[in-house]
Amino acid sequence: MQKTYKKYFAVFVLPILTVYFIAFLFPLISGVYLSFTKFKTVSDAEFVGLSNYAFVFSDVRGFLSALKFTAKFTAVSMVTTNLFAFILALLLTKGVRGTNTFRTIFFMPNLIGGIVLGYIWQIVINGVLIKTVGVDITYSAKYGFWGMVILYNWQMIGYLMIIYIAGLQAIPSELMEAAEVDGANKWQVLKNIKLPLVMPAITICLFLTLSGGFKMFDQNFALTNGAPRNQTTMLALDIYNTYYKRIGFAGVGQAKAVVFTLMVVAITFLQVKLTRSKEVD
Amino acid sequence: MAKSSKLIYVVLILLSIAFLFPIFLVLLNSFKSTLYISTEPFSLLNESNFVELKNYVVGAQKTGIYSAFGYSVFITVFSVAGILLLCSMAAWYITRVKSKFTNFLYYLFIISMVVPFQMVMFTMSKTADALKLTSPVGILVLYWGFGAGLSIFMYSGFVKSVPISLEDAALIDGCNPVTMFFRVVFPVLKPINITIAILNGMWIWNDFLLPYIILGSEYRTLPIAIQYLTGGYGSVDYGHLMAMIIIALIPIVIFYFTCQKYIIEGITSGAVKG
Repeated sequence: MQKTYKKYFAVFVLPILTVYFIAFLFPLISGVYLSFTKFKTVSDAEFVGLSNYAFVFSDVRGFLSALKFTAKFTAVSMVTTNLFAFILALLLTKGVRGTNTFRTIFFMPNLIGGIVLGYIWQIVINGVLIKTVGVDITYSAKYGFWGMVILYNWQMIGYLMIIYIAGLQAIPSELMEAAEVDGANKWQVLKNIKLPLVMPAITICLFLTLSGGFKMFDQNFALTNGAPRNQTTMLALDIYNTYYKRIGFAGVGQAKAVVFTLMVVAITFLQVKLTRSKEVD
Repeated sequence: MAKSSKLIYVVLILLSIAFLFPIFLVLLNSFKSTLYISTEPFSLLNESNFVELKNYVVGAQKTGIYSAFGYSVFITVFSVAGILLLCSMAAWYITRVKSKFTNFLYYLFIISMVVPFQMVMFTMSKTADALKLTSPVGILVLYWGFGAGLSIFMYSGFVKSVPISLEDAALIDGCNPVTMFFRVVFPVLKPINITIAILNGMWIWNDFLLPYIILGSEYRTLPIAIQYLTGGYGSVDYGHLMAMIIIALIPIVIFYFTCQKYIIEGITSGAVKG
């Protein structure tokens, strides 16, 4: 059959391959190339070696500040989202009535797009801040930071909770019964049975929040847009600003994008490696 | 035992209220005049702050929210339809024809799952300009291309579990591979079609940056219409913003309550892809 199939390559694969080339492959390749050039209109690109990259790593107020903010934001969010989601999953696997309704409510924010999420939380956070301290979210980077963390928690907790619930429900009931017979208390059951057995789910969820937080754009753009003075700008937004807000800096923006991509790729490889090694155990 | 489960129940109800509070607040403020939104966002509606449906009417006019809704529906539906069609065909071919070349194609496609949008954003917008893809029809090409990685990855995993004997039988009966694919293979793909449609549909419906760069404010999709309210110079009219957020949320909420089971399954199965 393989031989008959081969003649149909143009029907089955060529259409998607063509649009994939236009939308992704060609932009990727030319993007890497342009990161080594200086240009205004792409056609006048001039090779400048590594000087764009040198700029990126000395861009203290732009890229490096965004990297620091993004790293801090992602680290804090990874802990809080997963902790709350896991607690909710524990509560929702105890068979209380209305479990499905609660799941529905907690999951819902995940369906809302980043721009709308940003403006929803802008009104809530500004409302609270104006009532209590008399300023809005643009006043201090501290407010922007915690605003982003709260927003991301609201968006992700329900999603992660569903994955943890699936993990907890997959624990064989004999194990739990055996523990009960042995007289284990709730803490021992959690520590010695539930936690180790949902470890694969924890790995998945940690990386989901890690790469999601690292790549965040829409929420950042809508909630703070970097205010005050770019102190709450995350990496994706900094790259966007470099492309579109500074004339003649598109090559630098492209170099930032390459560095950003390498970080994301490194995170993904680490994830694949960790999940694979867990599967062997 | 009963006592502790009652406590859990109360905690969950309080948490649900906290979760729903932001949406309630937006809804409440969408009926207030802008002046009162900044000074008393938490107060209930009263005679002085209530403006009936004015925010909805004026906001809709200013943003063109109804045509934005139309563009969002058009782009989402045809992007998803194209992704389902093109990616299922390609994934089936790549999985069935085993060679070094198809193996190479498989990895070539899934590279895009790892690369963040910012890497290709600038060069892709230049390419789209050059090829005149900067219209609601042209942008479909970009979504088909961007959706290919994840969709081909997921389809390929599924096709591997589809028994090959049915396909062979259809070919022996005289079908050519194309009619065979649509009569025999495509119907079997139904569960994965639903998952892939939901994953891509939610992404494209909510996507902001790609249409913002490609379409600008000429053809506003819903997220762009919302952003447009705050993007101009001068002060933001929060009343209009709140009303437009509510309008943007309505289709999502309806969709969620009608096919909740598929949505939760579909979206979370995207997570376990690694």
